[in-house]
Amino acid sequence: MSRREDFRAGLAATAPVMVGVVPFALVAGAAAVGAGLSVLQAVALSTVVFAGASQLAMIELLGGDGALLVVVGTALIINSRLVMYSASLAPHFIEEDSRWRALIAYILTDQAFALAVTRYAEGMEGVTRKRWYFLGTAAPLWGIWQVCTAVGAVAGAQVPAWLPLRFAVPLTFLALLVPAAAQNRATVTAAVVGGGVATAGVALPFNLGLLAGALAGVAAGTLVAVWAGVDTPAEVPE
Amino acid sequence: MTAPDATVWAAVALAGVGTYALRASFLFLFEYLGTVPTRVETALGMVPAAVLSALVVPALLAPEGTVFVVGNTRLVAGAAAALVAWYTERILATIVVGLAVLVGLGFL
Repeated sequence: MSRREDFRAGLAATAPVMVGVVPFALVAGAAAVGAGLSVLQAVALSTVVFAGASQLAMIELLGGDGALLVVVGTALIINSRLVMYSASLAPHFIEEDSRWRALIAYILTDQAFALAVTRYAEGMEGVTRKRWYFLGTAAPLWGIWQVCTAVGAVAGAQVPAWLPLRFAVPLTFLALLVPAAAQNRATVTAAVVGGGVATAGVALPFNLGLLAGALAGVAAGTLVAVWAGVDTPAEVPE
Repeated sequence: MTAPDATVWAAVALAGVGTYALRASFLFLFEYLGTVPTRVETALGMVPAAVLSALVVPALLAPEGTVFVVGNTRLVAGAAAALVAWYTERILATIVVGLAVLVGLGFL
């Protein structure tokens, strides 16, 4: 496989995911301007922070004249899940050049992480192949995010009210969740506990329910994996 | 009342640097830690199922911040989309069916 083929395989995997990203990005751009940020600030938020859920939270807080520490702290708490993604990807890129790793870190998202680790689990050898597959999934998402937040900031929300496009975001995560959870008893446990705890903690401030659910799900799934002896990753469905 | 310009720019810069550090963390620290213990690898294998579920389930069960089941159209749409995801494993089909069911229920 050439670099181009691996990049294109990543692009093919990410193409449907972009459908869920477009409305999210349009909303993030429109919401920033709606909250009183300039178009330049809205675009800067997308390029510098580049993490949708935290951007929306920051916009809401800044729009209400929130204190700097609260705005930044909230964003970092929401984004702390990226540490888990970084740890998941790290073994695959241990032999990677640090400049490539710097780029991979910048464009790392929920979607790119999920697509890449799923593909690596199916079997993909060599850091070069993994790099180009990752770039194929992540770089187009970065591009579409920048373009669509800018369009959203300039044009405002022009989406017809009857089309709940923002719902495409959880649906995207759902489509990735089903095969990730269905691998074995341990992953089912991780999903049930993760979703249950996050829902129980939905009223917690600063999106702490998401973090609590994620950590509880990982802990419960790991316990079941160790107890049931399913340490080796099961096959990921096509 | 929007925060002053200086606060907005400082927030963008600090959140940007912090978020980059979170993303880069293990990608750069890993080489100093050597190979991954099996248990850590097992735990990392649970991350997608746990995190994705923690993102999805509250969005379906408690779209407005409190859990409700009766009359929750997002829950019905999500259940239909989950079935599509299960049988087809296609992201686009999952999104289209989920949105279509939600819009359809809105017109009932």
